[in-house]
Amino acid sequence: MPQFPNILCEVLTVLFQPINKNYHEFIIERDKDRCINCQVCVRQCSYEAHYWDDNRQKVMHDNSKCIGCHRCEALCPTAALTIRRTPSEFRPNANWRPVFLQNIYKQADTGGVLLAGMGSPVDIPVYWDRLLLDASQVTNPSIDPLREPMELRTYLGTKPDRLKLLENGQEPPSLQTEIAPQIKLDTPIMFAAMSFGAINFNLHRAMARAATELKTAYNTGEGGLHRSLFKYGKHTIVQVASGRFGVHRDYLNAGCGIEIKIGQGAKPGIGGHLPGEKINDKVSETRMIPIGSDAISPAPHHDIYSIEDLLQLIFALKEASEYRVPVSVKIAAVHNVAAIASGVVRAGADIITVDGMRGGTGAAPAMIRDNVGIPIELALAAVDQRLRDEGIRHKASVVAAGGIRCAADVVKAIALGADAVYIGTATLLAVGCTLCGRCYTGKCPWGIATNDPRLSKRQNPDVASRKLVNLVNAWSHEIQEMLGGMGLNSIESLRGNRDKLRGIGLSDTELDILGVKHAGR
Amino acid sequence: MKRVYPNREYCIGCHLCELACITAHSESGDLIIAYTQEREAAGLSPCKKIFQKGSECVAISCRHCDDPSCVAACISGALHKDPETGETVYDRGKCVGCWSCLMACPYGAIRRHPVESKIVKCDLCRGREEGPACVQACPNQALKYEDRDE
Repeated sequence: MPQFPNILCEVLTVLFQPINKNYHEFIIERDKDRCINCQVCVRQCSYEAHYWDDNRQKVMHDNSKCIGCHRCEALCPTAALTIRRTPSEFRPNANWRPVFLQNIYKQADTGGVLLAGMGSPVDIPVYWDRLLLDASQVTNPSIDPLREPMELRTYLGTKPDRLKLLENGQEPPSLQTEIAPQIKLDTPIMFAAMSFGAINFNLHRAMARAATELKTAYNTGEGGLHRSLFKYGKHTIVQVASGRFGVHRDYLNAGCGIEIKIGQGAKPGIGGHLPGEKINDKVSETRMIPIGSDAISPAPHHDIYSIEDLLQLIFALKEASEYRVPVSVKIAAVHNVAAIASGVVRAGADIITVDGMRGGTGAAPAMIRDNVGIPIELALAAVDQRLRDEGIRHKASVVAAGGIRCAADVVKAIALGADAVYIGTATLLAVGCTLCGRCYTGKCPWGIATNDPRLSKRQNPDVASRKLVNLVNAWSHEIQEMLGGMGLNSIESLRGNRDKLRGIGLSDTELDILGVKHAGR
Repeated sequence: MKRVYPNREYCIGCHLCELACITAHSESGDLIIAYTQEREAAGLSPCKKIFQKGSECVAISCRHCDDPSCVAACISGALHKDPETGETVYDRGKCVGCWSCLMACPYGAIRRHPVESKIVKCDLCRGREEGPACVQACPNQALKYEDRDE
């Protein structure tokens, strides 16, 4: 068998390819002493970057096909693989950064809109990193959550203007005010809306089970709810989006809450398009559309062109669910988010979800994802402040979403005014996602954003639900520790308590919007 | 008794169980040496095999049946049922390589040794502290080592 030098193999694999294929992002390094040619990488790579070369009788790879998901590296039994950024660099240019060059080459080849998956990777300020938390010293005692009670329970829904109690001397006072329906959460962390179709059934089942075990909630996303998951309904928020996929009476009554999705942080003002290849039998019966047909969510709800229209849908859904569950409205964080939120609350929403621009997506035009919207921290602070100023903050709970990365982000979000948060990207990371950002191809090597039966079974719901439960439990413990350190024994005492935050390295305008003092003050 | 149970629904066909198997049954205990040297020199081969058709796959190994056909079929007494552990035990010294057990096994879980007139069959990694190597290696928990006799 003739042995070609390795460099020649690389050249051979790019012959007949468009010339800019050579500007690929990653290289696969294979340690020849460790590689045993067992082909585990070949079977794992859904992009066919690794392949069995019959001529050479060994495993070879094509760097230009590597998307940097690290699946091969993770499963290689001899640790022979390392995925690296390609060391080849364009001439440094602060203005024309490599991403712009590569995008232009791509579009010159395809003539198409640039698609992107997951949250925006662009360098927009992350205010969580510029906010610092307080702790108790001397003048007020800190609390040890391992020894003393620490309350994370959260109720989402509209709260009464005032409580009326009936008191008659002998007996304990009884509550006269009728309390509107609430979603009861044991921890203020929920699994964000990711539709069945965009992610597969195994993960929906895992989220449903994990939310049930954690006594929190997960959101179905806009793809409906498979009937076999109705049994987890007490911990399920069902979503109604512009495509109205899978929306029927049983669906609306299956969950503990209903969410109207107006917008998504990753792509405000843009609808959705789930390609027909992803619509298999189960997705088809859940979404109530034919197998193989594209699922198109229009950019607007075609029956909502004003706050008054939104009011009608909110109350239509309340009627349909007989006023048993709260109705949430999810909006993307855009420039006038505070005024919009005020209108949404006045329209009768019991919960308002604000999704920041760093939120994830299965597919969005890259230009939209990376340039439209505002960060969740500023949006959240603005919404909370506006609702307070107008005296309607109690009429709706505020849920923050889009870019919550750790327990400290949760604590900071709640201190900025959120009642609870949604975690989406973190949820997927917990089950293996490496943010390769190719969700829209349907070839997710981690078995997440794919309905290909060979790939989707890479997510064993038993394993996935355990990981999700572990993640939320870990964060909840950390939240308790941080609360205890601040001398608080209940998440309620932190809510909107911006005195527990200080900004670092922020301008006066930013501090003003966030409603926090600078560190040192 | 505790057995290795494959879960067809979540077997991803990565073949890591086979690699774990040959490592656990190798002289060197080192995957790289076992796979690149012992496999060729000594005919080291895994006791289990992934069967795949389309998107379906499953890792098959000896089921250690309660009433094993292979034991009944064995002409030399090389296979017997251990009354205490319940395992179907293979005595390599007694095996004459007649392949009667291969014919009898309803699961196709017994395989011919690639170079010798012997068979290759799962021994549940007897004596291995962490239990069967394949179960430990499975990245998707599609193999379970548990007692389901109840």
